[in-house]
Amino acid sequence: MSASTLTAGPAVTTAGPAPVPSAPRRSRRRGRALIIGFLAPALLVYVTFVLLPVALAAVYSFFNWNGLSALDRFIGFDNYARALGDPVFQGAIVHNLAIVGLSLVIQGPIAIGVALLLNRPLRGRTVIRVLIFVPYVLSEVIAGLAWKLLLQPQGPFDGLIAALGLGEVRQLWLADQSVVFWTLFFVLCWKYLGFAIILFLAGLQNVPDELSEAAQIDGASWWQTQRHITIPLLAPTIRIWAFLSIIGSLQQFDMVWILTGGGPVNATTTMATYMVQFGFQRSQLGYGSAVAVILFVVSLIFALLYQRFVLRRDFGASLTRGVG
Amino acid sequence: MTALSTPARRRIDGSLPFVYFVALIAVAVTIVPVLYVVIGGFRSTAQINADPSGFPDPWILTNYGTVLGSATFWQQVLSSSIVAIATTAGVVILGVLAAFVIARYQFRGREAIFSLFTAGLLFPLSVAIVPLFVMLKSMGLLNTLAGVAIPQIAFDLPTTIIILVPFLRAIPAELEDAAMIDGASRFGFFWRILLPLSGAGLITVGVLAFVKSWNAYLLPLLVLGSPKTATLPLGVQYFSTAYSQDTAAVLAFTSLAMLPALIFFTIAQRRIVGGLTGAVKG
Repeated sequence: MSASTLTAGPAVTTAGPAPVPSAPRRSRRRGRALIIGFLAPALLVYVTFVLLPVALAAVYSFFNWNGLSALDRFIGFDNYARALGDPVFQGAIVHNLAIVGLSLVIQGPIAIGVALLLNRPLRGRTVIRVLIFVPYVLSEVIAGLAWKLLLQPQGPFDGLIAALGLGEVRQLWLADQSVVFWTLFFVLCWKYLGFAIILFLAGLQNVPDELSEAAQIDGASWWQTQRHITIPLLAPTIRIWAFLSIIGSLQQFDMVWILTGGGPVNATTTMATYMVQFGFQRSQLGYGSAVAVILFVVSLIFALLYQRFVLRRDFGASLTRGVG
Repeated sequence: MTALSTPARRRIDGSLPFVYFVALIAVAVTIVPVLYVVIGGFRSTAQINADPSGFPDPWILTNYGTVLGSATFWQQVLSSSIVAIATTAGVVILGVLAAFVIARYQFRGREAIFSLFTAGLLFPLSVAIVPLFVMLKSMGLLNTLAGVAIPQIAFDLPTTIIILVPFLRAIPAELEDAAMIDGASRFGFFWRILLPLSGAGLITVGVLAFVKSWNAYLLPLLVLGSPKTATLPLGVQYFSTAYSQDTAAVLAFTSLAMLPALIFFTIAQRRIVGGLTGAVKG
C-alpha cells in the first residue's frame, strides 16, 4: 500500500514539466540548496507521522490481530472479503457517497451565494461574517452535544417548529431510521457551510474590484457581473473547495460518532465509524485496518479522477500565467 | 454606505433588502443553536426540564461560576492553548517553506512532491491512528502535548500546502524579477517580499490549523488520556458524562469551552478578509 501511495504522485501528473525560466546561472547551485533546505523539514515530518503509519496500517490489514498478541496470524485478503461482503459496510459506503453528492449540490451553491452577497459594502458586514463562521469554529464534540440536546424529543427544536405552526412535521430526529440520515446531513451543513464561505471570501479577495466596476459602468447588472466575471474568477477556489468537501465527506467521522454513533440500527454508519467500531471498540485491529485501507482506496479513486479531470486545469493554467 | 461612489450605489440599492434578508436568515440559523447553549447555562436544570426552550427565570450565575472556579477547566484551557499554538506555528513555518519551493521553482520531482502532499488529504487521522499510537508510545511521546502537536502538524501539512501553493504562485513574476535586478537573493525575495505579500494566505492556513487543533478530539483522547492533561473538547465530554443529569452545568461548561476559539477567530477573521488587498494594492 505504501508503494502505491508513493507512486500515486507521478501517475497523477501528466501535465509534464513546464519550460524552465531562464534563471541566472550563478544562482542555480544556491537555488538547489534552498530547495532542499526548505522542503526537507516538511517532508520529514510528513513522511514520518503520516505516510509511515498509513503504510503500517496497510500491513496490519493482512493479519488477524487484536493489538496485544504478536503480529503473526497472516490471513491474506480475508479481512477485505469480510468487509466488502458485510451489508452494514455496504450501507456505510452508500451513506458516504450520499453525503458527498448532497454536499456538492446543496452546500456549494448556498456557500457561493452567501459569499457573493457578503463580498460587498454592507452595514454590519463584519459582524454578519463572524456570526456565519461560528459553527465552523466550534468543535464537533461541542456542536454534536449541543444538537443532541436541541433535537431530543419534546426539546427546543420541536418547540420551535411547533411555534412556526409546523408541529405535524415533528419527528424523532435522531431515533427514526428513515429520518436520522437527513438530520445528520442538516447538522453537517450547519457545521461546514462556514468553512466553504471562508474559502470563497478569501478567494474573492483575489478577484480585482476593477473588473466588476468596469462591468458595472458598462451597464452589467449585479448578477451578470457575478455570473460572467466574479464566479469564473472564483472557479479555482470553488474547485479546491469541492475537492476538500468530497474528501471530507468520504472520511466523515466525528459528527456522526457524537450525534448518532452510526445508529440507530446502522442508519448513519459511515466507513470511518464502522472502522472505529471494529478496530477500537471490538479490538479487531487487523479488520479495522482493512476497513481503513478500503476507505483510503475509495478516497484515492475520487481524488485521482478529480485531479485528472478538474484540478489539473489549475496547475496547467497557473504555470503559464507567470509572465502574463 | 456613504463611502460608495454614486453609480455603484444606485445599482446595489435595489437588492439591499433582499441581501439583508438572506443574511438575517443565515445568521439566525447559525447562531440560534449556539445562543441556546449559552443562555441555557444561565438557567437551572430544573428550569430546563420544565421548559426546554424558555428563557432564564431568574438568571443564574452559579453554573458559570462553578466552572470558572475549577482548576481542571483552566488546566484544560492551558493544554488546548499550548497544543494549538505549537501546531499552528509548526504547520505555518514548515508549510510556507515547502509551498514556496513548490510554487516558484522548477526542479525534477516537483510535481511528484506536490502530489505526495496532495495525497495526504486522503489520509484521515483515523486511518493511521493505530500505528501512530504505537509509534508515539515507542518515542515516549504519550501523555505529552508534543505527542498531539507533532502528528497534527504532519496531518495539516497537505491542506496548508494546497492552499498556499496557488497563493504564492499568484504573486507576479515581475516582482521577483524586480527584486533580483535590485540585488535581492532568492532568500531575500522570499523573506522581504513574498512573505509579507502572502500574509492573507498564511493567516488563512494558520487560522484553519489553530481551529482544527483547538477542536481536535480523537488524537488527544488517545494520547493524553486523563482529565488532568486533557484538552477542552475532551474536558467537555468528560464533564458531560460525569454530570449528565445536570444539563445546565453541561451547557455552561460547553459555552465556556467554545469561547476562546470564538474570540480568537473573531480577531483573526478581520485580517483574513482584509489581508492581501491592502498588501497588494497599497
